[in-house]
Amino acid sequence: MTNSFKDIEHTNLIFLIGSNPTEAHPILGVKMKKAIRNGAKLIVADPRRTEMADLADIWLPLKPGTDIPLLNGIMHIILKEGLWDKEFVENRTENLEELKKTVEAYPPEKVAEITGIHVELLYQAARLYASTKDASISYTLGITEHVTGTDNVINIANLAMLTGHLGRENVGVNPLRGQNNVQGACDVGGLPDVFPGYQKVFVPEIKEKFTKAWGVELSGKLGLTIPQMFDQAIEGTIKGMYIMGEDPLLSDPDASHVERGLNSLEFLVVQDLFMTETAKLADVFLPASSFAEKDGTFTNSERRVQRVRKAIDSIGESKPDWMIISELSTRMGYEMNYTHPSKIFEEIAKLTPIYAGIDYERLEKKSLQWPCPTKDHPGTPILHVGAFTKGKGTFKGVDHKPPAEVPDEEYPFYLSTGRRLYHYNVTTQYSESLTEYHPDELAMIHPKDAEKIQLSKEDKLKVTSRRGEVVTAIEITDRVAEGTIWMSFHHKDVPTNVLTNGAFDPITLTGEYKVAAVKIEKYRAE
Amino acid sequence: MKKMSDVTLTIDGKQIKVPSGTTVMQAAEKAGLSIPALCYDPELSIAGSCRMCVVEIDGMNNLPTSCSTVATEGMVVQTKSKPVIEARKMVLELYLADHPLDCMTCQKNGNCLLQKYAYEYQVKDTPFKENKHRYPIEDNNPFIVRDMDKCINCGKCIRVCDEVQGRNVLQYAYRGYDTKVTTAMDVPLIESECVFCGSCVAVCPTGALLEKKMIGKGQSWEVEKVKTTCPFCGVGCNFDLNVRDGKVIGVTSNPESEVNGRHLCVKGRFGTDYIHHPERITTPLIKKEGVFVEASWDEALDLVSKKFLAMKKEYGNESIGALSSARCTNEENYVMQKFVRAVIGNNNIDHCART
Repeated sequence: MTNSFKDIEHTNLIFLIGSNPTEAHPILGVKMKKAIRNGAKLIVADPRRTEMADLADIWLPLKPGTDIPLLNGIMHIILKEGLWDKEFVENRTENLEELKKTVEAYPPEKVAEITGIHVELLYQAARLYASTKDASISYTLGITEHVTGTDNVINIANLAMLTGHLGRENVGVNPLRGQNNVQGACDVGGLPDVFPGYQKVFVPEIKEKFTKAWGVELSGKLGLTIPQMFDQAIEGTIKGMYIMGEDPLLSDPDASHVERGLNSLEFLVVQDLFMTETAKLADVFLPASSFAEKDGTFTNSERRVQRVRKAIDSIGESKPDWMIISELSTRMGYEMNYTHPSKIFEEIAKLTPIYAGIDYERLEKKSLQWPCPTKDHPGTPILHVGAFTKGKGTFKGVDHKPPAEVPDEEYPFYLSTGRRLYHYNVTTQYSESLTEYHPDELAMIHPKDAEKIQLSKEDKLKVTSRRGEVVTAIEITDRVAEGTIWMSFHHKDVPTNVLTNGAFDPITLTGEYKVAAVKIEKYRAE
Repeated sequence: MKKMSDVTLTIDGKQIKVPSGTTVMQAAEKAGLSIPALCYDPELSIAGSCRMCVVEIDGMNNLPTSCSTVATEGMVVQTKSKPVIEARKMVLELYLADHPLDCMTCQKNGNCLLQKYAYEYQVKDTPFKENKHRYPIEDNNPFIVRDMDKCINCGKCIRVCDEVQGRNVLQYAYRGYDTKVTTAMDVPLIESECVFCGSCVAVCPTGALLEKKMIGKGQSWEVEKVKTTCPFCGVGCNFDLNVRDGKVIGVTSNPESEVNGRHLCVKGRFGTDYIHHPERITTPLIKKEGVFVEASWDEALDLVSKKFLAMKKEYGNESIGALSSARCTNEENYVMQKFVRAVIGNNNIDHCART
């Protein structure tokens, strides 16, 4: 996030796109509702009529995968009507001409046709966002989980730069990070192209720095992303995998492909709390301790580093992940003798400029938002104040590309997926309270679609894509559009990701969880 | 903004200067004096209904509630005068007239404001012998128990649900002595629009609203509270894990939480019971002939070490990949990527950020 939650509480406009905070980020949803009660306007772009869509001043129910034309259409209107921030664009950005050229080709009438949104709503949204001084954008996986995920994000940045909604309080471009520590896992180098602190592995001076710090020769070659690892496992070049705290078989797209990958491995080690679907395929299972059993830090969506504190001893013989990895490393001939997570954090801070000023002693008093380069630095609640990291912000026009798979005669329905309030990925199925309250997957289907196949609420639905099929209980609701099925991926008895498409954004290799084509039929037990 | 002027008032003989608009209760707090209150909550709108915070103010002929009275220049306030103490005692007697007085078995024992004030003012019994309400206990949802016999109608649950959570699930119904906090049409929470965030439980001063799974698991003084960060979504709420005898018995709010204050969602407040789920695997396992067999750490790590070293030798450094986790700590992710880069010898490290 460029800004902080506090700014969202005080903004005058929230443009929420591809995000369902009252379920996926509930406490942020509470803060947004507070802003709305205090008079902030709300624009929601979402194919589903979410709770926030109910509260919105303008709801833009776009067709799945049409975010780029929607935003291009909005920018087209803003440019045509002269509503852009000339001063910001002049001083802080470059390459406006290219953007102008791109969005010129997206007049409102054409955009209405592609997105399914009425022309009048496009005008209203464009005028409201551009003319509100303190306007912010928040987005989530509804933007990134598309084959055009990167372009979607670029276009959101285009819109915010064009209207000067960056680099100060109460505005900003705010990707709401999904999991508790997805921000931190990226920050400390859990990615194939960067060392901790987003320092590129292929830059010789950086490689040298880490080689020196770790006392061992390092590779400057880009590593593999998750989908590439499974592809190469099937091809036979990846032979072994070590998976910590993840269940890709339930949570990655095109589960059958993932399963083929895992089954092709010669040796699989899984380190987790439970016998997950992925763990069942492992050769060795290493029992890890839960967050309650260890010290450490998580970094939240607003780059805030916060303490995790050990409340109980490790259960049974389980051990904290850091301890298991360290012991394995030492056995393999590379000594790791950390006595406590605070020692690991000291090493992170030494090698990671954005974390350099943070330590456990400071965190004991107060959490800190990175970049925090020195011990006396107060942390950074707002990014890009005065200048962008790279200097001037560069506009880059992007064009519409449809999703990799769209409904056709054989698979006539859209399938879109996401998270629910009562569950979180695959851990909460082990919460007795939450599973008692919300035991089953309930696929959302529009009443008219249900009626067409004579589906009543007690019935089960069989959903089939080119990759697999699942049988699920249902919720008949007009919160989804006709022709769309919406499902979550929390339940192992309804493994939704056997349906999703293993098509990826070419840059981030994020899967297109938000759009697949499926067919449906009433399930009849044999 | 118009510059606010200050006013000076005297509370219990102590002079104090506060910005105009400050209430008497806030001024007293600033002067280091604590005034009892049941319905007052600094985060919520002022109800002025519990009458516990009454004070005596020179020139006023009744006892005003300090939470809703604005301090004025020259005001002279008594917070502990005889009429004030008498009034508070009677207020407590009125509350106790319709309260079960089963503190010995109440989960809120030691942490209940009504109990605290009854003790402080030594109100042991009540002269008001009205028939006590006997409402059925509502415990048909997995999260919250509502015992309306213990409700004192302070209305904090109503206000927090409306003003903070924006849900408006609760409201007063019925009249007079029968006034009761209910959902629309007085149905159980599970049949209402409630999403079980539990903010009502967090603000309830008595045992009327309780975390269901914590009942009977430990009294307030037996429980250790450990502040930590929620393991679910990226908002990063803080809360207290409640620990007794080495076991996490539940979660309560920690008002010092920077991101979320006392507010949580259903998962954070009620969903961490997975920690002690019986299906937790707590021993290393090695698969032998297709079946997992329990092993020692020594055996398991020895096998993994030998196997990875052999694969490196046979197929090269590039033949192994690893996934770290967005659910694990920064320290663990760091150690995992260091392991891959420094020990395995490649950059094949990724995690669920892209999935």
